[in-house]
Amino acid sequence: MHELSLVASVFEVLEEKAREHGAARVTRIVLKVGVMSGIVPDLLESAFDIYKKGTPAESARLEIVAVSVGLRCPDCGGTTAREDADFSCAACGSRRVEIVAGRELVVETIELET
Amino acid sequence: MTTKTLTVVRDLLATNKQAAAAIREELRTRGILGVNLLSSPGSGKTTLLEALADRFRDRRRMAVIEGDIETERDAERIRAKGVPAWQITTGGACHLEARMVGKVLGQVPAEIDFLFIENVGNLVCPASYDLGEDLRLVLLSSPEGDDKPAKYPQAFLSADALVLTKTDLLPYLPFDPDRAAAEALSIKPGLKVFAVSALRGDGVDGLAAWLVEALGRLRSDRA
Repeated sequence: MHELSLVASVFEVLEEKAREHGAARVTRIVLKVGVMSGIVPDLLESAFDIYKKGTPAESARLEIVAVSVGLRCPDCGGTTAREDADFSCAACGSRRVEIVAGRELVVETIELET
Repeated sequence: MTTKTLTVVRDLLATNKQAAAAIREELRTRGILGVNLLSSPGSGKTTLLEALADRFRDRRRMAVIEGDIETERDAERIRAKGVPAWQITTGGACHLEARMVGKVLGQVPAEIDFLFIENVGNLVCPASYDLGEDLRLVLLSSPEGDDKPAKYPQAFLSADALVLTKTDLLPYLPFDPDRAAAEALSIKPGLKVFAVSALRGDGVDGLAAWLVEALGRLRSDRA
């Protein structure tokens, strides 16, 4: 629901990096978005398209990499990847799992033209 | 013209996480238990805080930060109970962020026991934002239906306690408190569950006692 404000934070990073490297254009951005981050990729793309107008990233390609839920089990030491909201260890069924992935909101890579 | 690929790896929530860590540190140093309340609009967060204010009167000191999109209404209700309250109006934003809480923190009196932060009514976005609280309560009122935990797993997963509210309406609704609690516990084992009617005062003592215990733990850890 707060995709637009998140995109504003993405642009802070883009502008900082473009300035740092004296780049005129940003051509590609890779974002890692955890499936549990509360961020909807489709809405993020729409927000990005609204925000980019008149910026050095106007023609940039936005790539969103979805990160599925990763669980670590303190009982058996196993790790589990989940696509759904089942927070249990695949190996031993324990529900005392620790969530180690799936909440990411990360600017991973930026491609610049200098 | 050359193309350069930069590996950035910048966490977009890092600013919030840092602000939250600073708040948590300050509250712990001051011996104040921070409690973040999450729920849908109208599930009874403010009414629960009013009931806690009555319960703690002359025994424990509390303060409240109210988060809403518009109006001072909630803060006024809390002040009417003799409890200091600050209203943050987000002007449209769907959740509170730690930075907003940090701005108010300096005005919060030093000699209080509990700082309650009533988040914007929304069972989705507030779950992703740490406000530096020690405990997070998620409220679910009986009119909302007992099928909500699995529909909004993040809120329940991130909470320390579930407060089932408006139990006085149970005779009129198909809400099954055991089913709601079981579903929430399947998402978050160990979640503490309370059932209250803030209007009647049922169950408020149990919740208040649990908060006092948590305060005791916070202060003994600090000592």
